[in-house]
Amino acid sequence: MYDIVTGPLAWLSFLIFFIGILVRSILYIRGLDWKLDRVTYTRNVSYGIKGAVKSIFFWLMPFGSQSWRNNPGFTVLVFTFHIGLLVTPVFLLGHNILLQERWGVGFFTISETTADILTIAVLVSALFLLLRRAALPEVRILTTPYDVLLLCISILPFLTGFLAHHQVSSYNFWLIAHIISGEIWLIAVPFTKLSHIILFFMSRAQLGMDFGIKRGGMKGGGITW
Amino acid sequence: MPEGTLCNKQPVNTKEQLHALLADTRGTVYYQEMEKLEIDRNALWANIRKTLKSRMRTWLEICAHCGLCADSCFFYLSNNKDPRQVPSYKIQSTLGEIVKRKGDVDNAFMRYVMDTAWGKCTCCNRCGTYCPFGIDMGVMFSYVRGLCFTQGFVPWEMKIGSGMHRIYRAQMDITTEDWVDTCKWMVEENEDEWPKLEIPIDKENADIIYTVNAREPKHYPEDLGEAAILFHIAGENWTVPSDGWEETSLAMFAGDWEGSRLQVESVYDAIERLKPKRMVVTECGHAYRATVIEGPYWTGRASGKPPVETLHYVEWVADALRTGKLKIDPAKKIKEPVTYQDSCNYIRNAGLRKDARDIMSYIAEDFREMKPCGEHNFCCGGGGGLNGIGRYREQRNTGQKVKRDQILETGAKLVITPCHNCWDAVRDLEENYKIGIRWSFLKPLLLNMVIVPDHLKPDE
Repeated sequence: MYDIVTGPLAWLSFLIFFIGILVRSILYIRGLDWKLDRVTYTRNVSYGIKGAVKSIFFWLMPFGSQSWRNNPGFTVLVFTFHIGLLVTPVFLLGHNILLQERWGVGFFTISETTADILTIAVLVSALFLLLRRAALPEVRILTTPYDVLLLCISILPFLTGFLAHHQVSSYNFWLIAHIISGEIWLIAVPFTKLSHIILFFMSRAQLGMDFGIKRGGMKGGGITW
Repeated sequence: MPEGTLCNKQPVNTKEQLHALLADTRGTVYYQEMEKLEIDRNALWANIRKTLKSRMRTWLEICAHCGLCADSCFFYLSNNKDPRQVPSYKIQSTLGEIVKRKGDVDNAFMRYVMDTAWGKCTCCNRCGTYCPFGIDMGVMFSYVRGLCFTQGFVPWEMKIGSGMHRIYRAQMDITTEDWVDTCKWMVEENEDEWPKLEIPIDKENADIIYTVNAREPKHYPEDLGEAAILFHIAGENWTVPSDGWEETSLAMFAGDWEGSRLQVESVYDAIERLKPKRMVVTECGHAYRATVIEGPYWTGRASGKPPVETLHYVEWVADALRTGKLKIDPAKKIKEPVTYQDSCNYIRNAGLRKDARDIMSYIAEDFREMKPCGEHNFCCGGGGGLNGIGRYREQRNTGQKVKRDQILETGAKLVITPCHNCWDAVRDLEENYKIGIRWSFLKPLLLNMVIVPDHLKPDE
C-alpha cells in the first residue's frame, strides 16, 4: 500500500497538480480578450506590469490593503492559514528527507517544533474560518457545502500528518491516510476553486492591469489598494 | 414568442417607438408587458458563451465566499446589513445562476436579475477594490445589464435613454439646431457683462474641443454660459462641435453596447473632423467614463484611448489653477467648511483624485475630506442610472443613508459635486433627509472667485 501511494499515485497526483495549474494558467491568459475585458493588455505594457505588481504585492502583504486593514481578525486568520498551508509541507524535514532519498534534492527545512506549531495554527485558523462562516450572516449566506468540503480537503493532510507524526495510534494507518489526503488535495487543486493557488495571481494581475492601464493608472498615481 | 409592443427585445431605433414608450406614463404598461416577456434561452446562452471569457468565469468560480465585499457596498450598509445585499451574493444569485443553468431561466428570475442589476448595484466598482481576488462585481453587473438588455429586461427609463442615443446621439431629444441655438443664446445672454464672449462652433484646430451633458443645454443652459466665461477668462482657444457634443451615455447604463458605440463614435467623429489638440469634458462622471475610459473599446480603438488627449473638467480646472490661467481672489475663497463628493467614474475608475484635491487647495480654506475619501469613497447613491429609474426610487433613497452620514460627519454644509449624477443625488438626499446642506458644481463657485483680467471687463 505504502509503495503504491508513494509511487505511482504520488507521481500521478503531482503530475495532475503541476500540469493542471499550468493548463489553468494558459487557459486563463488565452481567455483574456482586450475588447471584451476592455483593457489593452498588450499596449502600455509598463503601466500594466506596474499595476499588476502593485495589485499582487499589497494583497500578499498582511494589512497591505485597505480591505485587510478593515478586517484585522480575518486577515490574521487568512494569513496564518495560508502561510502554514504552504510553508509546512514544502519545508518539512520528513518531506525533504524523502525528496533527498528519491531525487537527491531538497529545500532547507524547518524544525519539527516549528512544523507542529504551523500545523496547529493551520488547524485552529481553519476552525475559526469555519466558525466565522457559521456566525456571520453576510458569510453564511454565501457559504455552500462545497466551501466546507474544500476546507476539509485542505486541512486533512495536516490533521493526519500530525496524528501520524505523534503516533497517537497506528502510525501506518495515519501515514497512509496522510499521503492519500495530500494526494487528494493535489488533484483537487486544478479542478476546484483551490485553483486560486495560481488564479489568485492571475486575477489580481488582471485587475491591476485594468486599473493600471485603463482606470487611472496612466493619470495620477492610480489606485491605492 | 410573446413580445410586448413596448417591452420587447428590440432596441428603440425610431421616433415612433420612442414616443410610444414616453406616452406610457411611468412605464405602467411596459412593466405589465414585461411580466409576460419570454426569454430566448438559446440566444441568452449563446451570448454568454461568446462573451463570458476567462476573466469573469474565473471571478465566478474562485470567489471564496469570504464576505469581505459586504462592507464595501453602500447598499449592504444602508439596508441594515441585509445579507441579500452582499455583492457576492447578488452576483452569484444572478449571473452565477444563469451560467449554472446554462441560460435556462424563467421570466420571474429575469425580473429578479433586472431588479438586482439596476436596483441593488450602481456599478460603482468599490467592491472590486475590497475583494482579495480582485473580483469586480460592478464590472460583472454592467455585463449582466447587457444580457438583460438583449432579452428586453431593462428598466423603462433606460430603454428610453438608450433609444434617445440611438436616434438623437444624445440622452435627450435635442437636435443639432437646438444645441447650436442654445450656444448662441448663452452668448447673447452674457455678452453685456462679457464683451467678446464666444462659443465658437465647429472651429477647426482649436486647442480644446468642449463636450457636455445633454442636460446642460436642455435644463441648465447657464452651465454652458459659465463654461464659456471660464474659458474666456482663461484665454483658451476652444470650440464646441455642432454634432458630437454629447458625452453622456444612458446606453451604457442600459447595457446597450451598440447604442454606446454609436454615441461615442459621434464624439470621435467630431474630433476627427475638427482636429482639436485636446478634449475637455464637462462636470459629469459617467460621461467621462463612457467617452474616455470605455468608449475607445466599444469602438475598437486598439490604443484604448480617444482620438485626442482628453481631460475631465476637474483636470482642466486643476491645470488652469496651477498654470495661473485662472487666478483665485484669496478674499473670495470658500471660508465655510466644505467637502467634496468623489465621483466613482472619474475618481475611483479614472484616477483623478489628486486633481480634485488640488482644486480644493486653491478654492477652499476649510476643506474637509469625507471618510473614506478619494478612490475609496462611497457612491453618491444615484450612480449607474439609478437616479433616473422610478421603479427603484425607494432603493435609491435608502442607499443614500451612507452618503448622508458621511457628509454629516464632515460638518460641512456645502458639498462640491462636479458630476451630474452626484449633484442630483445630493440634491435629492437633502430633499429626503433634510440635513441642511447645499451642493454645487465647480463652475458657479469658480466664477464667483476668479480674478477677472481688466481687459475682459466691460467698459464702464
